[in-house]
Amino acid sequence: MSTLVDDPRLEAGKPSGFRAWLRRLFTETDLGPIPTIIGLIIIWTIFQIANHRFLSPLNLTNLMYQMADLGVIAVGAVLILLLGEVDLSAGAVSGLAAGVLAVLSVKLHAPGPVAVLVGILVGAAIGLLQGFWTTRFKIPSFIVTLAGQIGWTGALLYVLGTTGTINLRDKFIVGLAGTFLKRDVPHGVLIGWLVGAILVLGYAFSRFTERRRRRSAGLTYRSVWTLILQIVVLAVIVSGVLLITNADRGLPSAMIFLIAILILFDFITQRTTFGRHIYAVGGNAEAARRASINVTFVRIVVFILASMLAAFGGILAAARLLAANQSSGSGDLLLRVIASAVIGGTSLFGGRGSVWSALLGALVIQSISNGMDLLALPSPIKFMITGAVLAAAVTIEAISRQRREAAGR
Amino acid sequence: MNPSASKIPTLELRGVSKRFGAVQALSEVSFEVFSGEVIGLVGDNGAGKSTLIKCVSGIHPADSGEIWFEGRQVFIHNPKDAADLGIQTVYQDLALCDNLDVVGNLYLGRETTTLLPLDEVSMERLSLETLRSLSVSIPSVRTRIASLSGGQRQSVAISRAVMWNSKLVILDEPTAALGVVQSKQVLELIKRLRQQGLAVIVISHNLADIFEVVDRICVLRLGRNNGIFDIHTTKQEDIVAAITGAEFGLNGSAEGRSAQKGAKTS
Repeated sequence: MSTLVDDPRLEAGKPSGFRAWLRRLFTETDLGPIPTIIGLIIIWTIFQIANHRFLSPLNLTNLMYQMADLGVIAVGAVLILLLGEVDLSAGAVSGLAAGVLAVLSVKLHAPGPVAVLVGILVGAAIGLLQGFWTTRFKIPSFIVTLAGQIGWTGALLYVLGTTGTINLRDKFIVGLAGTFLKRDVPHGVLIGWLVGAILVLGYAFSRFTERRRRRSAGLTYRSVWTLILQIVVLAVIVSGVLLITNADRGLPSAMIFLIAILILFDFITQRTTFGRHIYAVGGNAEAARRASINVTFVRIVVFILASMLAAFGGILAAARLLAANQSSGSGDLLLRVIASAVIGGTSLFGGRGSVWSALLGALVIQSISNGMDLLALPSPIKFMITGAVLAAAVTIEAISRQRREAAGR
Repeated sequence: MNPSASKIPTLELRGVSKRFGAVQALSEVSFEVFSGEVIGLVGDNGAGKSTLIKCVSGIHPADSGEIWFEGRQVFIHNPKDAADLGIQTVYQDLALCDNLDVVGNLYLGRETTTLLPLDEVSMERLSLETLRSLSVSIPSVRTRIASLSGGQRQSVAISRAVMWNSKLVILDEPTAALGVVQSKQVLELIKRLRQQGLAVIVISHNLADIFEVVDRICVLRLGRNNGIFDIHTTKQEDIVAAITGAEFGLNGSAEGRSAQKGAKTS
């Protein structure tokens, strides 16, 4: 931690000793996702002790299969939260997209890809409408999307009509979520390792290219060992996921979609002008406006992207559950989506966070519900535990924000 | 540093007026600022300082009067017109994004990209060059604005204003929220802007600060010129008198009248 002013008091006033070091570590250092990862390890340990099958390849593959749709919707929630807005319609939009998909595919016999495409376009149209409404009439987004949540739930019931549940049979649609790399794809294991190797090498290449460019431009650059450590960590995660899933049915396609979406949106948010503008609008919309950024455009596009992701997440969920029904996208889904984003480290107050928090948060949330299902806890207990965990997660976020602000970050 | 009569002013206002409903915020205000000159704009609350800079920066276009920029008449209808001319304004709220780092803020709305990804390397290099040329000291250009001190934030905001081939920089109360040391840093920065040949307008209530950096002081009172003073021949009490209306500055009203001759409603 470098001091900002040449003030001897800043150094002299610092208490020494282990406890002070610990306090500084938690208040002054930006720990990023580390507290959440520690929380995840604790959750996993508890469930593993309670039921030794929790960390088995079978259950971990199930976990990835179950969390992918939540994660996809949560990526959209992260984008909206980065703007400093909130989207309460994400659950209802995911349900409506699933309903539209099911009606098109089963009742109207549309080909699978067409049904999927229309479902996603319904999401885009909803995002455009809600984004326009929010920006044009300057209504807080939580009101507009709360109205949306009710309206789109109504629309879902309308398109389903008298049919309560529509079972999906289309191979393409069902295969979207439930194609397992080892079980269902020829040479799936080999392809998995090849793609994994390409990802790690691509990451290594981009990190070293960046280092070389910074070095030749005379800027500060990271040491080779830091980069190697980062690359090794990624390689360990990638091979760990492949080894575990390949010990069962292989990586589910739903998870592959989630990873692809994360990589795409990481690039968009971190490396493009548009992504920079999302952060700018979330940090200080007035400053962004004065810097001639088209704030309305940024907001509307993010609303469209978020609703498209919600729609696609709903489609993945329907493909996984092999059905769309009147309760698609309802219940605690919305809260789980927003909690995923926040647990992963995205601020509720705009401008801070990353799309990867959707992955980490969804992993935490789904671990809890998966573990409770495994223990066959009764429904009332599950609701109460889920509620307590969500409240705790948001509280931790609020406390860390206060400390961050106190430390001037 | 005194402007000579033969030199063309960077910015010249001739009889600028602005009315908001029943309130005549500015009436027939005239003054000019040359490159390599710092001019102080002072006046009591409601004297029209803010309205005047808003006319120049395009937020509230003037009702009547002429604005001349580098020897030709210009019409500033919106902030973009002002920016295109090379007029940058640093408002009191600084308009920085706390959650972005210094580079992100300096390049806000002007990001450089290589085909698609942001060109962070050249943005960072040019940011460092700019800050170095202005002797602005900051722990790292990758520091988020939230962790900078008030003076450093002000310096970043000013650096951003001069980064883009600006010719005239308007600073609204640059030292209002700062402590003594930080004010000093910002005043030094303003002096460097003058050395680099920019025209600078500083609005301030702090006459001590004004006297430290400016070459001339333009006093506004109740929306009118109330004297333009050369810093070397004026005492602080004279300025206070002009601001409060206890005494009328002679040379100021004379300049105001001469400028009014050419003024036509556009």
